[in-house]
Amino acid sequence: MTEAVLQLKGLQKAFGALVVTDKVDLDLHPGECHALIGPNGAGKSTLIHQVSGLLQPDAGRIAFEGRDVTGQKQHERAVAGLGRSFQITSILPDFTVLENVALAAQMRAGSSMRFFRRADREEALNAAAMTALDRIGLAPRAAAMAGALSYGEKRMLELAIAIAGKPRALLLDEPMAGMGRAESESLTDTLLELKATYPMLLIEHDMEAVFRLADRVSVLVAGAIVATGTPDEVRADPKARAAYLGEDHAEGAA
Amino acid sequence: MTDQAHMQAPVAATPRAPLIVASVIFAALALIPVLAEAWGGAWLTSLAVRAMILAIVAISLDLLMGQGGMVSFGHSAFVAIGAYACGIMITEGVYEMALILPVAIAAAGLFALISGAICLRTSGVSFIMITLAFGQMIYFALGSLAQYGADDGLTLWSGPDFLGTSWLGSDMGVYVTVFAVLLATWALVHRITGARFGRVLRAARQNPTRVASMGYSVFRYRLTAYVIAGVIAAIAGVLWATHAAFISPSLGAWQRSGDLIVMVVLGGMATRNGALLGALFFILIEETLSSITHDWRLIFGPLLVLIALYARGGLVGLLDRVRGPR
Repeated sequence: MTEAVLQLKGLQKAFGALVVTDKVDLDLHPGECHALIGPNGAGKSTLIHQVSGLLQPDAGRIAFEGRDVTGQKQHERAVAGLGRSFQITSILPDFTVLENVALAAQMRAGSSMRFFRRADREEALNAAAMTALDRIGLAPRAAAMAGALSYGEKRMLELAIAIAGKPRALLLDEPMAGMGRAESESLTDTLLELKATYPMLLIEHDMEAVFRLADRVSVLVAGAIVATGTPDEVRADPKARAAYLGEDHAEGAA
Repeated sequence: MTDQAHMQAPVAATPRAPLIVASVIFAALALIPVLAEAWGGAWLTSLAVRAMILAIVAISLDLLMGQGGMVSFGHSAFVAIGAYACGIMITEGVYEMALILPVAIAAAGLFALISGAICLRTSGVSFIMITLAFGQMIYFALGSLAQYGADDGLTLWSGPDFLGTSWLGSDMGVYVTVFAVLLATWALVHRITGARFGRVLRAARQNPTRVASMGYSVFRYRLTAYVIAGVIAAIAGVLWATHAAFISPSLGAWQRSGDLIVMVVLGGMATRNGALLGALFFILIEETLSSITHDWRLIFGPLLVLIALYARGGLVGLLDRVRGPR
């Protein structure tokens, strides 16, 4: 098999006595969408936070494109190419949509320690931002204030920011969270297109989206991965079913 | 979708109103020496010089507070560092501004770099408290300089030279210089705010986690802003020493830092003219009220409360509302 883009080895994290990440091994291959599913409180977001550098693991190793990034800070990992979206919408509300995305593009366009030229007039940055917005389908809203967007549009902006930073892999934390059915479906279409460019580690509760997008699915329960496989394999896995259908079924299935 | 592919990025227009307001302010400041000449009141130019120097400091503080979201309660320490760099060098026989200014800048820059690196490990209330602590440290350190007047302060018997000339020895020379530095600071801070650096800084005020996840070291940008603001304040301190010919540790006292915060909030944070207006207004009110009563703060206090309650966005916000919605 080809070398993994992202590889987690024996990742461990506890908040006091509560183990939130329990010896997690996980990898992401080039061109792949690897979905991480599991019940609420299973530690999915905590895992993504450790990969993106927002949280430090207690033990274990994270390798990105063959390089150990475990000791790197959040911004260093982003520079290395780990782009992410947040479960709870995390945008810059006082900036326009365009400026949100242009700022992400600015990171790849030379030094940001520039003090004189107006950044909002830099055509290269604005053009890069428009390309990203267009890919997500948010270009018509470029001039709007980000804080004034609808909920669904904010979710799309999250994604536009993530891809404008020219990532080499995407960490998507419930991109569909709180979206209506139609919005959710159209976003899944967008993600299917993006999948061709970016390997993705995807957390999602919307099973329809997961089964459309994912090449592999891992099931996280109480911080530990209980099953990994193709969507069909996981669908048939008793432990995975238990996680989603409830403990009673688990006993019956086991 | 195909139409949007060729969609041009919308370019934000530069609003005119702030430029008009600024033009009026600077024109008025430029006219003051002329008026003072006519009325024969040196106190008016002196008052205006003080107000302009404080405006320089307030503008630099707004870069931290308004744009960067860093409420520094120790900003006057940098003014004191600049003033003492000037005072000490003159006392030691170095009169040339071309030597004094770089020393003041270096001293303030170094102190900003070290104290900022520590302060910026924290945020929110902790940041306020730790900047206050550093400010007080400077205040007490200056008060212990026995050979430079300690708590009583230091009188400068002779002013600095400017490139070998006595330009800074005349009231007019000082006025023009302070005016020019204020204009330059006002323009420069606006440029910085709008440039790439300022955009990262403004974004980090709104959402530091997002900015970090975009690949920016928030700490680095904030520290750079802290150093820039500190250096500007120190330049103002040099001007203060030049103008007043007397310096004391109280320049760096925490009450002064508090006044600066009031000026910025009063004028309107993170606006083009807010800090400038706030500082000028503050001095004007202080001067007017203190000429009426010794207990002027009894009136000033409630006035601030009223402004905080009814003029959200400070004086600039008030001006915007007077102009009405467009």
